[in-house]
Amino acid sequence: MAKKMKKEAKVLSQKLLADGIYDMWLETPFAGDVKPGQFVGVYPVNKSTLLPRPISICEVDTDRSAIRLVYRVVGTGTAEFALYQPGDYINILGPLGNGFPLEAAKGKKVVVMGGGIGVPPLLETAKRLSGEDVSAVMGYRNSETFLSDEFSKYSKMYAATEDGSVGTKGNVIDALKSEKIDCDVIFACGPMPMLRAIKAYASEVGAKAYLSLEERMACGVGACLGCICKTKEIDGHSHVHNARICTDGPVFDADDLEM
Amino acid sequence: MNTTVEIAGVKFKNPVMTASGTFGSGMEYADFVDLNKLGAVVTKGVANVPWPGNPVPRVAEVYGGMLNAIGLQNPGIDVFVERDLDFLKKYDTKVIVNVCGKSVEDYLEVVERLGDEERVDMLEINVSCPNVKEGAIAFGQNKDALYDITEKIKKVAKQPIIMKLSPNVTSISEMAKAAEAAGADAISLINTITGMKIDIYKRKFALANKTGGMSGPAIKPVAVRMVYEASHAVDIPVIGMGGIANAEDAIEFIMAGATAVAVGAMNFHDPYTTEKVVDGIEEYMKKYGVEDINDIRKIV
Repeated sequence: MAKKMKKEAKVLSQKLLADGIYDMWLETPFAGDVKPGQFVGVYPVNKSTLLPRPISICEVDTDRSAIRLVYRVVGTGTAEFALYQPGDYINILGPLGNGFPLEAAKGKKVVVMGGGIGVPPLLETAKRLSGEDVSAVMGYRNSETFLSDEFSKYSKMYAATEDGSVGTKGNVIDALKSEKIDCDVIFACGPMPMLRAIKAYASEVGAKAYLSLEERMACGVGACLGCICKTKEIDGHSHVHNARICTDGPVFDADDLEM
Repeated sequence: MNTTVEIAGVKFKNPVMTASGTFGSGMEYADFVDLNKLGAVVTKGVANVPWPGNPVPRVAEVYGGMLNAIGLQNPGIDVFVERDLDFLKKYDTKVIVNVCGKSVEDYLEVVERLGDEERVDMLEINVSCPNVKEGAIAFGQNKDALYDITEKIKKVAKQPIIMKLSPNVTSISEMAKAAEAAGADAISLINTITGMKIDIYKRKFALANKTGGMSGPAIKPVAVRMVYEASHAVDIPVIGMGGIANAEDAIEFIMAGATAVAVGAMNFHDPYTTEKVVDGIEEYMKKYGVEDINDIRKIV
């Protein structure tokens, strides 16, 4: 695993991608080490803040040694990030977490599924799976189906929207069923109800699901034990059925989780 | 130039330690910090058996700091000795093991078990845990309970003991005196200050536990005041902590009366903080002609 570091990263570009969702490229020395599904901790400059904001890595460009963060403005920290302009510097901690197990998809029918701000980390995942039989099923609130054009480059892209304006009306499971998409392996990231539904669906159809979880974090490196999730077996760190999302995850085999 | 400090016969190469619970046993921070440069690694609290801790969310940011209600999740003493102490054998730093428990017997079991571990230089006793047999009030919030547990631990401990005091008390001086009178070799303070945060949009507590311990730069003035009061109330050494972000903060605690200091929540803000504090103290000493770090202790 690549050595983690906290380093200044140079903002290469920033744009508004959809309502409240921003798209920022950062130049960082560890871009080449990033595995899809990993994340970074981004530090606001605002002195009233203490903790890094965990943000998933959407895409990697090794030629520019850059990573792309697609994030939603939800509070003080992310509101500050949205103001950054090309040439600005920002402190980031990374690469963090384990990432999706791409090897599990070799020669299989694989579906990448994202919901809302869980969509971004699946883009690099889909990209690295090129050559495999990849479908992307992404869930959105409305017609602002951000990143869907880019998923089309690497996969068969299906959208689900809550308001029915694009693709299947409903959630990602509805789209999976209505489009009759076969799957052996699912890589997913999104809100907990969606992940629970995917776990249930996968077990119903006999597919393997790997789920990327989210939780309030402090350190991001496995020391503070703030971001745990319940696991079937005793965990390797505290031996109490609590895996650390930041370091043992954020991606887990759905079969290992109590959710 | 001398940066070494001594507490209960244990010599530390410098006064900079890690605050329990913010640094694991050092493993997770070894990527960032040369543990050999630290005065001591103070481990996360360990109990006689594994503790699962609290439900999530366990952490929340607040203005200038954070709240945590981890619930002292830990693997229990067996795994700790086998894995964490073994890991720390590689490093030339002192090891202070933080001990937690739900009853006096729990503490005694851990303290006795660690007695023969050569790698353990000192024990720090977390008395902010609720005493489940006595109405769940924390040992450290009642003078008599603090005296009692300190005395009992002291009887079985082979290493010197540090009582880690809670700031959630009326008089920190009284608690410091009780620990000293019961035989504590040193005290450390402050543990976190109990706080609460409410998410007004979700109409919910930010933490599943409702309350949590506040740490971070916002609590520093409270911590400096309590270290000053405690160190003027007792003769045993005081280890100061609470919001230390840089060498200036650390020196402030030393001038208030601390023999050593610990970096806590700021490890999360900058994983290199401990090393920067070590270097910064040396720079300060050079710049201001301080020959011995012990010369500026209690100077105000």
